[in-house]
Amino acid sequence: MTQLITEDSNDQLLNLRVIEGIPYLRFLGIRFDLTGEDLTVRIPPNKHFIGNPDIPALHGGVTASLLEITAKVDLCLKRLALGSKDDRKPVSPKEIVLPKTISFSVDYLRGGKPSDAYAQAKINRMGRRYASVQVEAWQEDRTRLFAQGTGHFLLV
Amino acid sequence: MFEIPKNLPDANEFIQRLPFSKALNMRVDELAESRAIMSVPYDLLIIGNPATGVIHGGAVTALMDTCCGLAVLAHPDVNTPMATLNLKVDYMRPANPGQSITAEAECYNVTRSVAFVRATAYDEDKARPVATTHATFTLN
Repeated sequence: MTQLITEDSNDQLLNLRVIEGIPYLRFLGIRFDLTGEDLTVRIPPNKHFIGNPDIPALHGGVTASLLEITAKVDLCLKRLALGSKDDRKPVSPKEIVLPKTISFSVDYLRGGKPSDAYAQAKINRMGRRYASVQVEAWQEDRTRLFAQGTGHFLLV
Repeated sequence: MFEIPKNLPDANEFIQRLPFSKALNMRVDELAESRAIMSVPYDLLIIGNPATGVIHGGAVTALMDTCCGLAVLAHPDVNTPMATLNLKVDYMRPANPGQSITAEAECYNVTRSVAFVRATAYDEDKARPVATTHATFTLN
């Protein structure tokens, strides 16, 4: 039997557990932290995530993945929350599908270190079909960004 | 000491030394002046949509970043380390589940401090790209 996720906002945590089960997110060891409605995404350090071993710096692909995942999951949560307000039916875990990326641009501001990396998204526009999202990523200091991203997404 | 890979075996050895590229089982298929072709095999670990088995866009982005970087190193005027400044990926369609992804990158312009690269990624259907990329790299 498929377990249904209710519309209670506390159950966003349950939604996040489902999303955490996506193989690529498990591969990256992605962790979610929800404070109120604010989502912070974290990638814990892992020796396999290094790009240049001489520095050593986080691989650009890991940084880009963190930013893109943060944007998508933030959009997904906002839509699930809206869905409940619209009095739609609860969704089953199987129905949780992340939005599709149309385009995503990453700016690398400084080298990523082999320590915890965090990201938060800001949804600038979410229509019926398209959404535009900005993401910031940092390590020790929230005000010292090591990467930023902008993306356009198709809401499916 | 930073050594620039100038032939295919060196390029593969170079990529093997990058832990994340190795974790994704990336491989260099071709290396020419200012050009690189790299691929990543289909793997259940990098699935982004469990319902369809389509791999996550982040893995495609990681391949694009690495392949673009290698194309920069393959440019005859580049002899220093470089770092990605900006990478933009447009996704045309989901990759076919079960098929490897191949990226072809070309470093089409280099100044004293910046390299410009474009790349396209395909699965086995070469007629329809999965994604395209524009990237800039800082030199030294």
